[in-house]
Amino acid sequence: MAKLILEKPKGFCDSYERKPGDHGTTHYCPGCGHGNIHKLLAEAVEDLGIQDRTIIISPVGCSVFVYYYFATGNIQVAHGRAPAVATALKRANPHAIVVSYQGDGDLAAIGGNNILQAANRGEHITVIFVNNAIYGMTGGQLAPTSLLGMKTATTPYGRDLLNEGPPMKVVELLSSLDGPTYLERQAIMGNKYIARARKALRNALQCQIDGKGFSMVEILSACPSGWKVDPTDSYAWMEKNMLPHFQLGVTKDVRAEREPFFRTFKTLSAAEIVEQLDLAVPEPKHFPSKLQKTGYGDPSIKLAGFGGQGILSAGAMLANAGMEQGLQTSWIPSYGPEMRGGTAYCFVNLSERPIGSPTVSHPDVLMAFNRPSLEKFEPDVKPGGLLMYDSTIIDVKPKRGDIEILAVPATQMADDLGNTRMANTIMVGVYVAHTGIMSPAAIEQTLPLAIKRKNLVDANKKALRAGVDFAATL
Amino acid sequence: MAKEFIKGNEAIVKAALLAGCRSYYGYPITPASEIAHAAAKYFPRVSRTFLQAESEIASIQMVYGASASGERTMTASSGPGISLKQEGLSYLAGSELPCVVVNIMRGGPGLGNISPAQGDYNQIVKGGGHGDYKVIVLAPNGAQEMCDLTMLAFDLADKWRNPVILLADGFIGQMMEPVEFPAPVGDLPAKPWALTGEKISRNNLINSIYLDNDELEAHVGHLAEKYARITEAEVRFEAYHADDAELVLVGYGIVSRIIRTVVDQAREAGLKVGLLRPITLFPFPTRKIGELCESAAGFLAVEMSTGQMVDDVRLAVNGRLPVHFFSRTGGNVPTVEEIFDVVRQHLSAAQPV
Ligand SMILES: Cc1ncc(C[n+]2csc(CCOP(=O)(O)OP(=O)(O)O)c2C)c(N)n1
Ligand code: SF4
Ligand SMILES: [Mg+2]
Repeated sequence: MAKLILEKPKGFCDSYERKPGDHGTTHYCPGCGHGNIHKLLAEAVEDLGIQDRTIIISPVGCSVFVYYYFATGNIQVAHGRAPAVATALKRANPHAIVVSYQGDGDLAAIGGNNILQAANRGEHITVIFVNNAIYGMTGGQLAPTSLLGMKTATTPYGRDLLNEGPPMKVVELLSSLDGPTYLERQAIMGNKYIARARKALRNALQCQIDGKGFSMVEILSACPSGWKVDPTDSYAWMEKNMLPHFQLGVTKDVRAEREPFFRTFKTLSAAEIVEQLDLAVPEPKHFPSKLQKTGYGDPSIKLAGFGGQGILSAGAMLANAGMEQGLQTSWIPSYGPEMRGGTAYCFVNLSERPIGSPTVSHPDVLMAFNRPSLEKFEPDVKPGGLLMYDSTIIDVKPKRGDIEILAVPATQMADDLGNTRMANTIMVGVYVAHTGIMSPAAIEQTLPLAIKRKNLVDANKKALRAGVDFAATL
Repeated sequence: MAKEFIKGNEAIVKAALLAGCRSYYGYPITPASEIAHAAAKYFPRVSRTFLQAESEIASIQMVYGASASGERTMTASSGPGISLKQEGLSYLAGSELPCVVVNIMRGGPGLGNISPAQGDYNQIVKGGGHGDYKVIVLAPNGAQEMCDLTMLAFDLADKWRNPVILLADGFIGQMMEPVEFPAPVGDLPAKPWALTGEKISRNNLINSIYLDNDELEAHVGHLAEKYARITEAEVRFEAYHADDAELVLVGYGIVSRIIRTVVDQAREAGLKVGLLRPITLFPFPTRKIGELCESAAGFLAVEMSTGQMVDDVRLAVNGRLPVHFFSRTGGNVPTVEEIFDVVRQHLSAAQPV
């Protein structure tokens, strides 16, 4: 025994203190392949000199307690999710060697998409995929890799091609992806095979060490308990049942073609962060508001029209400028399917007091840019409120007698300026000039924030002025 | 201090980066997608990680991995995606890993719709995953709080080694308002428990499995004791005209904004109505509601669900006063007028004239 302990690779803990009970033995059944695979991994970790930087992921399955044994960083994760966890572990610690240890139920069934996606992204991780053709831990149920005709707890009559389909060939499947770098299948099946498994594992880890990308070794492994086979017969069982279906060997190796890549991160100064977040903005100029002097104070404004008429950006113009002039402002759009083809609307509140509800049933101001909006929302305008509408497009007249009504031929004016789509800005110009709610210069100042296409900013400034001039004629 | 007129969803991303968040793992869903869009834009700009995962199941597990590495990390989604994240949330809470998760609630159940709703309260506040665990839940009611509470969320997550959920709704996410952004935070406290791929962290283990019953009982007890301390230390709320109110309206998120207008109008009409807005949903302002039982005659909970938060109000009131309820669902947001009508009914019932 003493000799055995001396020979234990350094990748293993000297004593398995995390394991309840006996700290010298493993929790695996006699003849279980997991123990041998652990040993190969522990030796490789030692020989490759990566022990300090290795993080091993314990999956859900019989190897849930991988962390009992390895003197490395350890993390236990949810069933099948190890590749996703590994993805982030590696990205957060690019210098770490991240090993995802998974069974066939874990990797090929519940975690099927996670392994596929991580492999396809070419994550710089190493996966050890233990294919024992069964769910060992939960009592010998069918795995995606169980063999045709194989009797398991959930296929008591044998795996049926027409019910469960054929056993899944995982390395072949992943080899069809462009993302992975190194994929191989080997077996733990006696001395004849162990050297090849050892080499495969080292190649896979070296692939990660060299910055070459995703590597995985599928290892056929005995589960005498799950198969209900005597441990001494298990290699013969594998030879007879597994090898015909699961060919050993490298299925993909593009290490030579891959440029080494090591992710690095820059540390930015506080000033650089602020700058990169577009938060380094100059102090705006202030233009005195006439809000209190007019009867149009603290308005809630509804702007409505077709999607594409610039309804939302007209609202954003008002709100942006309002903010810069020291007002409380809010802007809220109708969102989702309503915006596709149908009417789009938004609410803008400008106020000298904190804004409660950002939407109101009865807005003080309605700007209607198409007929459906006028017909739908006219009745809602607060008595004494203001209704503005695009009289070029809307061929009916508003009906209310208890509100102020401004007909603005905004689309015609925009056409005269050479761009139909600036009717929204013209309407905003008319509104601010007519109500005196803020200086047109305030809108002009923040126009670039609301206009996405920068080459249109100047044209919109013109449109704004056209609106202001129109208001003077009212 | 930079001021920007910005969508709540986008404010979250800038705030997260200012708070030192190093990675974002997401999956698109309306009405939370702007968070992923803004994260995709800004995280790489400051040399941080953005990755669109294959699913919400994966994105929360990536958060698990990133958090285990000791970095500040986050994800965001809405109803259906949050359901898929519950497995991961349970593991994060069980392994005591800090993270920030945003839920921009939409209408449910099932695919429901993409309009604002509050039907995920029970799932989030009561714990939608398996096992005895709690997450800290913050409920912003405007763009500024999307910023402020996101930053607070990262601090609380680290302080308590626990997931923190920002629970907002489609309206709060889509609404633009002025936001004053603070300066970026400086160096963060070390996390000696993290897995960093270095010699010093080699003996660390991130884990939620305790096969021995007594060990697990001790762990669950430790968590429960932590949640009790959180309940003592972290309750946040806003009381507005509440202390002399006969009828106290209770609502969070977008509803609280509408109620605030109701309270203003009611006060103008001489009605003694107030607002209690929980900012933390776990821990809930139970004690404050208890105190208000001394001065008020009743409560009116308003929600965009068929009645979830109201249960916490009832527990806090504990039968001492009537707790009324008003709701709109399906993506409809209650109007000031309809709430005011309900307020009048309950006030006139309380004091017959
Ligand atoms: C979400 C979830 N579903 C089911 C289980 C139960 N479970 C535990 S292990 C396991 C199968 C593991 O089989 P495999 O990955 O092949 O590992 P093995 O035990 O064979 O090594 C299952 C289904 C679980 N823990 N979590
Ligand atoms: S059940 Fe199978 S896989 Fe699990 S420990 Fe036993 S032999 Fe190994
Ligand atoms: Mg198995």
